[in-house]
Amino acid sequence: MLDQHREYVLRTVEERGVRLVRLWFTDVLGNLKSFAISPAELENALEDGMTFDGSSIDGFSRVQESDVLAVPDPDTFELIPWGEPGAAEARVFCDVHHLDGTPFEGDPRQVLRRHMREAHDQGFTFYVAPDIEFFYFEQPVPGGAPQPLDAGGYFDLTTNDAAGNLRKQTIRKLEQMGIPVEYSFHEDAPSQQEIDLRHTDALTMADSVMTFRLVVREVAASQGVYATFMPKPLEGVQGSGMHMHLSLFRGDENAFHDPDDPYNLSDLAKSFMAGLLRHAAEITAITNQTVNSYKRLVPGFEAPVHVSWARNNRSGLIRVPVPKKDNPLATRIEYRSPDPACNPYLAFSLMLAAGLRGVSEGYELPVEADANLFEIGDDVLAKLGIGQLPQSLADALKVMESSDLVHEALGEHIFEWFLRNKRDEWRAYKTHVSRFEIDRYLRSL
Amino acid sequence: MSPADGLGLLAVFGDPVPPELARTLDLAGYRWKSIASAEEAADHEPGSGWTGAIVDCSADPDAGWALARAVRKRDTVSLPLLVLVSGGQLADLSLRDELFDDFCLAPFHPAEFEARVRHLLWQIDGGTRPEMVEYAELALNLETYQASIAGRPLDLTYMEYELLKFLAQNPGKVFTREILLSRVWGYEYYGGARTVDVHVRRLRAKLSEEHAGLIQTVRSVGYRFGQSRWTS
Repeated sequence: MLDQHREYVLRTVEERGVRLVRLWFTDVLGNLKSFAISPAELENALEDGMTFDGSSIDGFSRVQESDVLAVPDPDTFELIPWGEPGAAEARVFCDVHHLDGTPFEGDPRQVLRRHMREAHDQGFTFYVAPDIEFFYFEQPVPGGAPQPLDAGGYFDLTTNDAAGNLRKQTIRKLEQMGIPVEYSFHEDAPSQQEIDLRHTDALTMADSVMTFRLVVREVAASQGVYATFMPKPLEGVQGSGMHMHLSLFRGDENAFHDPDDPYNLSDLAKSFMAGLLRHAAEITAITNQTVNSYKRLVPGFEAPVHVSWARNNRSGLIRVPVPKKDNPLATRIEYRSPDPACNPYLAFSLMLAAGLRGVSEGYELPVEADANLFEIGDDVLAKLGIGQLPQSLADALKVMESSDLVHEALGEHIFEWFLRNKRDEWRAYKTHVSRFEIDRYLRSL
Repeated sequence: MSPADGLGLLAVFGDPVPPELARTLDLAGYRWKSIASAEEAADHEPGSGWTGAIVDCSADPDAGWALARAVRKRDTVSLPLLVLVSGGQLADLSLRDELFDDFCLAPFHPAEFEARVRHLLWQIDGGTRPEMVEYAELALNLETYQASIAGRPLDLTYMEYELLKFLAQNPGKVFTREILLSRVWGYEYYGGARTVDVHVRRLRAKLSEEHAGLIQTVRSVGYRFGQSRWTS
């Protein structure tokens, strides 16, 4: 099978006159990295991988063990639908290995592969469908505030909808790259967009999210504006989230579905949810990895703050959407805290690990919190056993550091590097004197 | 005998072959080989002989005609030969009627060129269409792994190509996800039948909205390619 894949890729390169093949992989923080090879080297790369110096990549190897191998995954080979006409380019995602061929611990794609394999050993395939929000802005003036392209709101169809046009072009390019889109619309805040992708297995989806972020930025740049996945770029309006619709399948059966349950949720789904809820605080540093992420997770902007679940309540951390037409395949849960600046490989890995921990340990699902939690006092919630998500990156890192689950799921290499890197980020932030402080204190104190 | 042996190979004189020419031949699904000289044509001649030859005389007329003449000289059985000529060379044709069977003006229109090549080869034993799977505007070339819809090339991954090929080879038939999984992916694949849904969606996205209906969902059964044989 693998040989046929390779043969197909090589043949396509020849037939379509591909001039450059870009080898893509992802660093620990979720940045897309790439180096290009000529088609002549591709056969060799598919066979043996390409060596590169990992010490220059964030979170990869240390200097003394710096060389690693990028091994292309031929099933992810796609022509890139932008760039110069007549000089076709292609991309292929790579798994990073040590020179001896063992998986490299610093590669997030390998981490997710390991989790997918473990789930498979228990008979499960993990499916994810993300709703990705982002903003378009005019080209920034140095030191100036970000300028939205419009003042549209939720589902608005505005007449000079420049952003709508960008969205349309983006969707066309995504579809050309085999990333089907389910919905797209203008979100609540000015110039904010949402594009919902159709579910795939988590590994394919993580690759798709990486491609998605690049396509959105490419299209924006081609029209002289820019796109950002920053979780909270504008104060006082909604931030950008990446709600994740999750399900587990056992073969062809949706393991989350039970026709006899009032919510159509199986016991397995309930303990998976319980696992996510119990470990939510521990995995938050990964699903919300920037200082800015925590300015989104505040009351009043449809972002979750409390660790709770409900059927149709958007203030909780997990929502159980009502599937259309009673379709058993569509039974799923929606995990609402992650933001689009996360590393999808690591975020999917931890959501899966937390959920499966709930399944293997048989965690009990807490009672549903169907009231609007933003309107209830924290003391009442505490009595109900409803806690809060971490309030800052520093809080999140502290909880993460004490988590065996996260340590085990990420592996020592990434766990240790991530904590160190993010502590540095927090330290830099902590020493920054902000506009807020100047405005508030300079004259009055 | 493998199926490929039954198909003819075209000799295309030009090294390199102009990209436009190569592309047109590819999209039409011909098997061809780039040949630099008459000697090379003899050296590389397949066991069953060349099926036809295309000589570009538009770029370098003297070299082109010399090649056509050399090919004709070596021939025992006359090889169907098409020359590409520029407008200014039309007058030269009458002096060289014995050297070619048909001609096409360069720069050529791909559809005209394709029609002429087809007709040229039809004159001998009914043509040399390579192994193609075609349905409405969809064409899959089974040798080059290339697919096109309405003349536009489709960029597919290997599994997408294999799935589309299987469906297009069996138009009108309904397949369950399990059957598709076992026939296209093979039994050892563990992704589960949802894999089929994911790939069908990706294929539909790439076919673009106007052709996405080629693959139809048959509710609670599976998928069907093209029209049902009962409802045409």
